[in-house]
Amino acid sequence: MRALTWHGKHDVRMETVPDPQIVNPRDAIIKVTSTAICGSDLHLYDSYIPTLQRGDILGHEFMGEVVETGPGSTLEKGQRVVVPFVIACGQCFFCEHQQYSACDNSNPAEKADMSEVLYGYPMTGAFGYSHLTGGYAGGQAEFVRVPYSDVGPIVIPYGLEDDKVLFLSDILPTGWMAAENCEIEPGDTVAVWGCGPVGQFAIQSALIMGAHRVIAIDHHSHRLALAKSMGAEIINYHDVKVREALTEMTGGIGPDAVIDAVGMESHGFTIDNILDAVKTTVKLGTDRTHVLREVIMACRKGGRVSIPGVYGGMADKFPIGALMEKGLSVKTGQTHVQKYLPQLLEMIGEGKIDTTYIISHRLPLEDAPKGYKMFKEQQNEVTKVVLKPD
Amino acid sequence: MSKDHVERALESDAPLSAAVHQRDVGKEAAEERGWHEAALVGRSVTINRPRAEVYAFWRDFRNLARFLENIERVEVGDDRRSHWVIEAPAGRTVEWDSQIVEDEPDSLIAWESLQGGDIKNTGRIEFSDAAPGRGTLVTATIVYDPPGGDIGKLIAKLFQKEPKVQARRDLRRFKQLMETGEISTSAAPDAGPRGSFS
Ligand SMILES: NC(=O)c1ccc[n+]([C@@H]2O[C@H](COP(=O)([O-])OP(=O)(O)OC[C@H]3O[C@@H](n4cnc5c(N)ncnc54)[C@H](O)[C@@H]3O)[C@@H](O)[C@H]2O)c1
Ligand SMILES: [Zn+2]
Ligand SMILES: [Zn+2]
Repeated sequence: MRALTWHGKHDVRMETVPDPQIVNPRDAIIKVTSTAICGSDLHLYDSYIPTLQRGDILGHEFMGEVVETGPGSTLEKGQRVVVPFVIACGQCFFCEHQQYSACDNSNPAEKADMSEVLYGYPMTGAFGYSHLTGGYAGGQAEFVRVPYSDVGPIVIPYGLEDDKVLFLSDILPTGWMAAENCEIEPGDTVAVWGCGPVGQFAIQSALIMGAHRVIAIDHHSHRLALAKSMGAEIINYHDVKVREALTEMTGGIGPDAVIDAVGMESHGFTIDNILDAVKTTVKLGTDRTHVLREVIMACRKGGRVSIPGVYGGMADKFPIGALMEKGLSVKTGQTHVQKYLPQLLEMIGEGKIDTTYIISHRLPLEDAPKGYKMFKEQQNEVTKVVLKPD
Repeated sequence: MSKDHVERALESDAPLSAAVHQRDVGKEAAEERGWHEAALVGRSVTINRPRAEVYAFWRDFRNLARFLENIERVEVGDDRRSHWVIEAPAGRTVEWDSQIVEDEPDSLIAWESLQGGDIKNTGRIEFSDAAPGRGTLVTATIVYDPPGGDIGKLIAKLFQKEPKVQARRDLRRFKQLMETGEISTSAAPDAGPRGSFS
């Protein structure tokens, strides 16, 4: 099959690789019909996430048709499914509590050491996202092996086209959970940093959950215009001082809840040798936490801080005083995708949520390397790239 | 001196595998057994299954090779005895016989290697109820005499990682098997195709 593989910084290639096979009873094989490039993929493209290996297949936002099932899978050949980027077993303590992105079992035992050293306990497995999260082959490919296929994938009725449901795989539930983590109350003002796909869906979700106002912050005029079209007020941080603007726009109180939908941006974390880290001190770079600092400083007293943006390492000059003295609460994490799927699919079906407006480019899978370059270099116009194998 | 450290560590409600002075813990374990040297590996895991089921699975030693990475097979003799085989490079094997020395249904299994094997070792697996609704707490304590000579080199090569890391991985696989019925893997080429990586 053809697949997009990683070979180094800004070096991704289309290659012919072996087809995936059923290995475990609960596996299924999906023939991909649509797959997208995510802001998180840019962290890989820019080589800020360690433990990628040359030849790894990327991609964690994908959907397709079931073509093969193991004896333990509940899927049937021919079904259309969207696959969550988080791989979850459904049977551990965390899965039973719907904390799917904390699944204790999906990261293979020999890969789990790395994140255990980094974070204290091992992270869950995910598709196409380095060996920290299991080294699973990703979805920017013609076929994908989906472990625990009886738990993750959601079956899509024929009639709902790919573009409407593809983002159930990641960014729609991520935006939704980001808003849910704001515990929105009537009258609330929610400020959202970052108008990429995650920010866009966080804005939409916050309004659906009853936010009185949403204020969106970015510097790309086209992305800001999209946010405005969805009902947000906007701040372009190139022209306007964000903190001052927010204080003034909220009558001196500050936003009730703040969302960091930017994350570590271009500054990731580096680890000299992750395997050595088991024995020696872990060497982490510091994440660029400009936005994180700003959201904490901007939030009103007693407000809520929601962080869907990805961080991987350590923070320098973290405003712990502002966090404590203002009595803020913080919620964050990789998205518990599986938890939100039925509800969000229903809302898409009823036309209550539209996700297609963020798609700016559709390319054949073969052009995936071009897609990465565009998404990286022309952020303003390129809001989301969807790839289709032919 | 060494006794002091171990005794003080025991004043905390934590297992000895978490003691700061592991060398002292090892010395005492060796003394107790009349061995030359001993290393202690301890690790706990919580498994979201009933205690009786977890115990029964482990008690059938033939199952162990499914999740103990380096163990090629465990042959069961009578109810108490078993024969353990590790496959080593160049067609060699490392083998020993074990005997169960304690067995309390749903609670405890302990075994010891018998004279004449390639590695002296003892294992003790305790099963207890985790907090209500949270399954079973499994605590594994392995004490072994790090072998020298040829066998020692073979073993070092084979394991390549610290026994503590190995134990942690093995218990994770045990948990995966008990909770999900399978062992998670992404290993290429079988479980995950890869591109060229010349
Ligand atoms: N928690 C999860 O499970 C999850 C899932 C998907 C994505 N993410 C993360 O969410 C983040 C956003 O993802 P995306 O796909 O929207 O990425 P993206 O790169 O398309 O968007 C990020 C946006 O942030 C803007 N930005 C940069 N600096 C800013 C600043 N100082 N103030 C305001 N805006 C700023 C950029 O201009 C850009 O529009 C990433 O960190 C991604 O890794 C998390
Ligand atoms: Zn994504
Ligand atoms: Zn799980």
